[in-house]
Amino acid sequence: MAFGPYLLLATLEGLVTAAVLSLTALGLSLVFGVMRIVNVAHGEFFMLGAVLAWFFSTLVTGHPALGFLLALVLSPLVVGAVALVSERLVLRRLDYNPEATIVATIGLLYIIQQIVLTVYGPEARPVVAPFDVRIALPWFGYSGYKLAVIAASVLVIAATWFLLTKTRIGLVMRATQYDRETAQNFGIPVDRVYAGVFALGAALAAIAAVLVVPIQQAHYLMGLDPLLLSFIVVIIGGLGSLRGTVVAALLIGLSDGIISVFFSPTLAKMIATLLVAMVLVFRPQGLFGTAAR
Amino acid sequence: MRKRPQFYRKGTGMIDATSNNRSNRNGLSRRTALKGIGAAAGLMAGPGFVRYAGAQTSAPIRIGFQAHRTGIGAAYGRWYERTTNAAVKAINAAGGINGRPLEIVVEDDGTDPKRGAEVVEKFANQHKVDLVFGTLFSHVVVGSAPTAGELKMPYYVVSEGYHVASGKLNRYVVQPGITDVRSQVTSMAPWVSSNLGRKATMIFPDYAFGHDHRDFFTAAMKAQGAEVIAQVAIPPTESSFTRYFPQIPRETEVLYHVMVGPAVLTFVKELGEFYGSNRPEIFGFIDSLEAVDMASPGLEFLEGTYFWEGMPRYLQADVGDAERAYRDAVGIDENGASKDDPQDVSTAAHMFGCWETLYVIKAAMEAVDYKGPQDRAKVIEATEAMTEFPAGLEHPQGRKIFNGKIHQCFGHQNISLVKDGRLEVIHRTAIEDGMYQPEADYTSMSF
Repeated sequence: MAFGPYLLLATLEGLVTAAVLSLTALGLSLVFGVMRIVNVAHGEFFMLGAVLAWFFSTLVTGHPALGFLLALVLSPLVVGAVALVSERLVLRRLDYNPEATIVATIGLLYIIQQIVLTVYGPEARPVVAPFDVRIALPWFGYSGYKLAVIAASVLVIAATWFLLTKTRIGLVMRATQYDRETAQNFGIPVDRVYAGVFALGAALAAIAAVLVVPIQQAHYLMGLDPLLLSFIVVIIGGLGSLRGTVVAALLIGLSDGIISVFFSPTLAKMIATLLVAMVLVFRPQGLFGTAAR
Repeated sequence: MRKRPQFYRKGTGMIDATSNNRSNRNGLSRRTALKGIGAAAGLMAGPGFVRYAGAQTSAPIRIGFQAHRTGIGAAYGRWYERTTNAAVKAINAAGGINGRPLEIVVEDDGTDPKRGAEVVEKFANQHKVDLVFGTLFSHVVVGSAPTAGELKMPYYVVSEGYHVASGKLNRYVVQPGITDVRSQVTSMAPWVSSNLGRKATMIFPDYAFGHDHRDFFTAAMKAQGAEVIAQVAIPPTESSFTRYFPQIPRETEVLYHVMVGPAVLTFVKELGEFYGSNRPEIFGFIDSLEAVDMASPGLEFLEGTYFWEGMPRYLQADVGDAERAYRDAVGIDENGASKDDPQDVSTAAHMFGCWETLYVIKAAMEAVDYKGPQDRAKVIEATEAMTEFPAGLEHPQGRKIFNGKIHQCFGHQNISLVKDGRLEVIHRTAIEDGMYQPEADYTSMSF
């Protein structure tokens, strides 16, 4: 294949990775930024979203788009609810202590993973894409659905940005992120904000998973990769910075797509990890983060 | 304080303690023994045991089944288990082995080599089975074989890998029920090169199983005067494949694929999106789609492509009586799916190996009048002495030739065309097409 089309294919693949990754990482970044805790179970919320998407899509017969839309609505809601319950039952009782929450969310990771293995089983199950269009380019064909994933991801990110910067809820979240104690003094129910943010973060991961599941299939071990990549993105982009998260996801997604097409996927992972090391050494707060208070 | 010397002077103290325990245990076990004899007598009087009453001992022959119940082999494992159960039922209905009933003890190995070795150990020391059987995934076989050898436990695998025939394992590992990858690809190359194309590109998983395909198919094509022009190795954990497709050279005439694991469906779908209707000829091993419904969305693209099948998934027009009886016993419908659930598609191209292997074990045990674990080596020797398995109910896939020196059988292979969403067998190779020069001799090894 000639260089031009080859690069185009690599870029498209990279953009799909970046789209899914930025949604997943955005959820992690919100929790990281507002609550100042590390949620190791984030990848399992992603996996749970995918598995539930399979479940909801099998409930509906008829056009595959119906089942998919049902999954797109319900799956993030259920995952958000699971996150809300675990926040109330576990994280709040630990008083959001950073070390304790890491251990607690590791536990949560295993609990979710093993429950899914028991109930759903070890198979990888496909969800039918809502539409099946192959875009024929002169050099190769490309899945129309993958392009739709990019568009959907842009929409969700725009909605999250709107929520954070233009609404009262967003204002409250940003105030809590900026200074928890002052926010509390001004009558902001920090406790409820935390619960909401944790649920929202998990729901974003679930949306990403629903979008990806027609491409990748739901499997109980699928949460590990998104977790690692999300951490990489959040570290490079900077704590709690929406702009940083999106830029870093694009950077990682595109470099992963292009490097793995032209060289090897292993090299792409090595370079991403090297980038994290460089950022940690030279700009610990991340590319767009502000220094910790 | 008085007790202390007892603890310090281990000699008398310990003996006291144990003899006390022993007398207690004796008291208990006497009662339990009586109960047990009563229960056994009750069971013996039951109708199930009458059939075996004539045999010298009617204790069941116990075979440990190393099953992939979880992990990446789970879909295969489920059907290996169903086929095994069906074969056991058939064997027991016909009087068992030497008049003794056959019993299967299942342990899950998680499709993991380390766990596999532990399972073999558990079979030997805890379950005390007569032999172990049934493993598919090559890395689990390679991981478990040394343990089977150390414990002198016959290990009948149904794995396809060339590792048995290569001579790299040990005398206790036998593969009489399914052909190996080297034999399979060797018999495919003449047909592929003369019907589909002389310039092939291979896509395969980047570990032992894929490497067997790579090495032997490349060599077999060369022997036909054809050529493998590119080899695309894919890491086993990969979940997205589009990025590898540009490595397929434009002049490729035939694309050869063999993939396994949870992402196989993605692989075929992405290949379809990449090529559309303007594709090279495609020849794949059904491993890429075992347990996957051919009617899955995105697979329409495979229409008109070719697959290797060990045994046909779809009921063929010219099906024989033995094959039909086998399919009924296992419980698969004409589409190769479970009779109870048409979504539950079988691994028909491989699972017959469990059925055939159990019949080989039966024949070997009967040949040596198997009494117990002391006869394990004799069972291996009896298997090594076999040369041919005639087609029939015991070998529904077809006639096989067995080479005792390399512990490996040779048989017919099928090439199927995807037509109207079904696989139709269009060519059946001769057994000789898959023969190769043996490189080992297990019979010269000691037990």
